[in-house]
Amino acid sequence: MVDKVLITIREEDVAPRFDLATEVLIVTLGTRGEVREQKTMVLPHASPEDLCQQILTEEVQTVICGGIEEEFHQYLTWKKRRVLDSVMGPWERALDRYRQGGLQAGAILYERVGTGYETDR
Amino acid sequence: MTSALGLDRIQIIPFDNETRPPKARAIVRRPARVSARMEATVASSAEIHGLLKSPLDLATLVDAVPMGLALLDEDRRVVLFNRALEALTGFDRELVRGVPCRDVLRSSFCPQSCPALEAARSHQAAVRKGDIINRDRRRIPIRLTSLALRDAAGKPVGFLETVEDYSQRLRLGEGLEPAFGVELMIGRSPKMEELFRMIPVIAQTDSSVLITGETGTGKDLLAEALHRLSGRAREPFIKVNCGALPETLLESELFGHKKGAFTGAVADKPGRLRLAHGGSLYLTEIGDLPLPLQVKLLTFLDDRVVYPLGDTRGYAADVRIIAATNHQLEEMVREGRFRADLLFRLNVVRLHLAPLRERAGDAALLLSHFLARFSSRFQKKIRGFSDEARERLLVYAYPGNVRELRNIVEYAVNVCQEPVIGLEHLPVYLTEAGAKKDAPLSTGSTALLNPESEANGPVRWTEIEKRLIVNALIRAGGRRKEAADLLGWGRSTLWRKMKQYGLDS
Repeated sequence: MVDKVLITIREEDVAPRFDLATEVLIVTLGTRGEVREQKTMVLPHASPEDLCQQILTEEVQTVICGGIEEEFHQYLTWKKRRVLDSVMGPWERALDRYRQGGLQAGAILYERVGTGYETDR
Repeated sequence: MTSALGLDRIQIIPFDNETRPPKARAIVRRPARVSARMEATVASSAEIHGLLKSPLDLATLVDAVPMGLALLDEDRRVVLFNRALEALTGFDRELVRGVPCRDVLRSSFCPQSCPALEAARSHQAAVRKGDIINRDRRRIPIRLTSLALRDAAGKPVGFLETVEDYSQRLRLGEGLEPAFGVELMIGRSPKMEELFRMIPVIAQTDSSVLITGETGTGKDLLAEALHRLSGRAREPFIKVNCGALPETLLESELFGHKKGAFTGAVADKPGRLRLAHGGSLYLTEIGDLPLPLQVKLLTFLDDRVVYPLGDTRGYAADVRIIAATNHQLEEMVREGRFRADLLFRLNVVRLHLAPLRERAGDAALLLSHFLARFSSRFQKKIRGFSDEARERLLVYAYPGNVRELRNIVEYAVNVCQEPVIGLEHLPVYLTEAGAKKDAPLSTGSTALLNPESEANGPVRWTEIEKRLIVNALIRAGGRRKEAADLLGWGRSTLWRKMKQYGLDS
């Protein structure tokens, strides 16, 4: 089944906050997780309501983001969207991890050499 | 920066006079042969030598600071978090070590203007007000101060950030310091005056408190007032909704877990009880606490030691427990759904919040109070209520209590474009239903039915249910969670039915 994923991004990373995101990446994945289509959208202004609407309009199935308020999380979940929130790190790594089926909410994907967390989690 | 002996010198140069030599020089002693990249690893176990007679443990020192405090490296990555900031953000400090602070704090000002960068540039403390979204997906107003820490040459080597929870100040700033009441609670009815006399006395004790009262009576406010008026006011006040999480998650959330205790336990987690050390833990909806956890809480109340999941070691936690419920716990005990021994331990001090219908004269006071508050918030110049509107508001039964009254005033202030709120500005269900004191008072679904619509003859259940949902939503000011509570339904049930009746657009 085709999967459409939206990642809120800021430069190279997953945007720390859903409500302040002004750029999103929409990726269509094929049945084997291959990238079929990828597009970046720059939003005219940061608005969580507009972003939710965008997610519904684009028929996105999975949202990968940083911090999100409970209200919007519940709304998207109610609309049967899967929300993987509190993801921290480069968006490319988040997408790779998602394609491999191993991305979870709260994942920290930064390289942290010397902290005892050499592997991301 | 690292000497052969593993000794580092960190100089803290006053930002107001860089040329002056520092008065104190702290030496942070770390294990020998530690590479610079490993600094973050040892930071939490570092000691400070040379300041006092004996070495000071850095983690203990920062934990003693009653506001959020973070130490960042030169790349603005987290080196150290104190306990207060852990409680505020909800993130485990061990887990977020080495993560850029913007991803952990998630403040509203981070994307536009990083305070740490400004502090590094300006040689002054940078102050920002904004909000953060914590791990529990809650938006919390904060005030953040960032200071650059510099080496002897004046080059920034890290940052020290303090984070204050500003929610209480904001509420007080709205002119909510009451003339008739305690903290944010107001009232002058005999029942409330009696309660207000008791609060400061009860606050000073460490006894467990059980707060009872219908939905919307202000149990959360009372719990917070007890904390703020106590000797624990500068320590954390942590709220846990016992009904919001499944049993396994709730256990880990309350008592913490050891790394590897279960699949997904990738790091040690202290748990809310330990995070609340020195402060108060507020357990709301205590009636929904699963029975196995009731036993565990009971054990904690007996010996004040927390045993995290998968850990054989116990950790002492000095925490005051405040619990609240709108259930009849005695009845639940009889039905075998709540442990009698836990009830006895929680019931050391019992405070009951009377429903608004039993608080003679308070409705008028609350109407004026909320009118002033919302007029100021929405920048409207509304003088008051018309006689008809006031009369209607005063005879209404308020099954949703103060929360419902507040929502009605908020709605009216929003709708009203005139100097006086009239009947036409009140929610429709108030003016249509001919709301009276003898209206049904239960907080269950039946209280939301409009008696007149029932009198109009048989109607289809779907119509009644639809009407019921609309009324609940109006009463809750559009908040679905509260509307679901009023209906006695789960949130998902409400959403499913709203969709079914086309009310979800």
